[in-house]
Amino acid sequence: MSGHNESILREPLITGKNITYAQITDDILLPVENKPNRAWWIGFIISLCGATLWVVAVSYTFWFGIGAWGLNKTVGWAWDITGFVWWVGIGHAGTLISAVLLLFRQNWRNSINRSAEAMTIFAVICAATYVVSHMGRPWLAYWVLPLPNQFGSLWVNFNSPLVWDMFAISTYFSVSLLFWYTGLLPDIATIRDRAEGMRKKVYTVLSFGWTGNVKTWQRFEAVSLILAGISTPLVLSVHTIVSMDFATSVIPGWHTTIFPPYFVAGAIFSGFAMVLTLLLVARKVLGLENYITMFHIESMNKIIILTGSIVGVAYLTEFFIAWYSGSEYEQYAFINRSTGPYWWAYWMMMTCNVISPQLLWFKKIRTNIAATWILSIVVNIGMWFERFVIIVTSLHRDYLPSSWAMFYPTWVDVSVFVGSIGLFFTLFLLFLRVLPSIAIAEVKLLLKSASEQAKLELIKDGHLDKEQVAEYVESLDKFDSVKQEEYAKI
Amino acid sequence: MSNIKYILGSFGDPDEMMHGIEKLQENNIKIHDVYTPMPIHGIEAKLGVKRSRLDIAAFFFGITGTMTMLTGVYLATVVDWPINIGGKTHFALPDFIPITFELTILFCAFGLVGSYYASTHLFPGRAPRVMDLRATNDRFIIAVDAKENTEHTKIDELLKGAGALEVKYNERKYISYE
Repeated sequence: MSGHNESILREPLITGKNITYAQITDDILLPVENKPNRAWWIGFIISLCGATLWVVAVSYTFWFGIGAWGLNKTVGWAWDITGFVWWVGIGHAGTLISAVLLLFRQNWRNSINRSAEAMTIFAVICAATYVVSHMGRPWLAYWVLPLPNQFGSLWVNFNSPLVWDMFAISTYFSVSLLFWYTGLLPDIATIRDRAEGMRKKVYTVLSFGWTGNVKTWQRFEAVSLILAGISTPLVLSVHTIVSMDFATSVIPGWHTTIFPPYFVAGAIFSGFAMVLTLLLVARKVLGLENYITMFHIESMNKIIILTGSIVGVAYLTEFFIAWYSGSEYEQYAFINRSTGPYWWAYWMMMTCNVISPQLLWFKKIRTNIAATWILSIVVNIGMWFERFVIIVTSLHRDYLPSSWAMFYPTWVDVSVFVGSIGLFFTLFLLFLRVLPSIAIAEVKLLLKSASEQAKLELIKDGHLDKEQVAEYVESLDKFDSVKQEEYAKI
Repeated sequence: MSNIKYILGSFGDPDEMMHGIEKLQENNIKIHDVYTPMPIHGIEAKLGVKRSRLDIAAFFFGITGTMTMLTGVYLATVVDWPINIGGKTHFALPDFIPITFELTILFCAFGLVGSYYASTHLFPGRAPRVMDLRATNDRFIIAVDAKENTEHTKIDELLKGAGALEVKYNERKYISYE
């Protein structure tokens, strides 16, 4: 733990003066232990309106059937599956942060993993609602499960990617929930031991009797590591299987082997964008600038450049392979995507996903909060269009030109989508109110080694390479939570 | 004899607490348990906590998932209701790899977390056995059984000497019960 000091070249993960263990608890529990401020209420009321719209639109769909949507005989799959894939993709960043970054020992995950995992769970809930509502007869949703029944037993088609998807999504959701909740136990115990009355009772039940003794902590770390190890292939398998919903079909534009890696990269890309969209606001409103620092933001932006570029390469590869395959149907599908009636959607996708994220190569832009926030929303929009382009443009040109059609969403389509965003934010804002948005225990681990104050002590002690110190101090320039005057004196 | 059941050394710093553990052990004073707000690396070796076998359990839970799915699919597609799909084999293994993988992960995760909760006695509604309320906040607590170790003044000195901010004498084992 603190047997040795961390290299001075590493940027601090906790900034601020006089941060103590108690201070960390107080700062992070501030929104949980106090009445919410006006910003929270405004956000919550708007989200709740969205969630209400979602309830209305989904109920309408249940009552009148999916004829309420804009689907037609040619385009039989549109906004529903677009929304589903979009939400599942967004969920992926949470697992990536909590599992993959844990395996790679990236300590900066400690202050963002909790909210990213919460985001994963809420995004998968939004995705799952699409699965249920597009079934037409949602009361028969259990038919997707291989349950013994009185029709034979007639089993589900285990060869179908849609059945694989059901297994993947439900496993993903429940394993993410386990991982998240187990990680929450020590922090719920922290709230419990500070609370009084009814609150104490509720958090006592939720804390499962956590005390923080040696054995529990030791096993806790073993469990986290194994869960991270199994969640990493899990998260890759989930979007691989989602992509197989398309890739195992014989529709031109879908029937490609590049889909799995391309979908996984896209999922991480959109997920990190959503994490930034949420956390840039949360850190400001909740006053967590010292824990979610510019280093975190810049690191996430770097992942966005990487995955955005992978997605860009995948778009070009798809185009190249369509030409190279010599299959005229495949070639037509791609020419039609970029120049046909949905050209605007294709170029919207290209601009938002491939061109605009390249701006993040400029340090000025990726360390600018406003620019990052806008770009993260642009990426979210672009990723929605990516799914729309793949799905609708491949379907709208049927094999017979007499069946060619366009897709026009109805108010129900739009409301289900906008409403699901409302539902997502409602859940996220409630989470911020009742549970700690940062993993308190994990952040405390960083205090003695990776905090700005610990590094300042080291500098004051001397014994460090002057050049390295100068480089470190220079790297602090971009932090909005660090005062440079302190360092000018040394 | 006094009614003191446990002596708690309350430290503000994990390194000082580790120092405290060493001091007590040098003087052959048995430590009941240590409560900390975060995991402390290297402490299990000092206190003789055995290596966790949860990884082995996780492996077997995972294998159980694999076998369950393969058996289930075999029973459904070969034994119970074989369907001729273009003359292909009934047990089309490559098609079942994704779902078998998912069930492996599912069983592994639930088995692992279930075993963890069972082995550390965590379940919803369990009364928390807390000795010091600040152990989940900013204090690192060493608990010593006062009945077994009767040299209270010596323990006090050792703990304070190692940097304990406070030494508490608890007449009840757990303060969290009402």
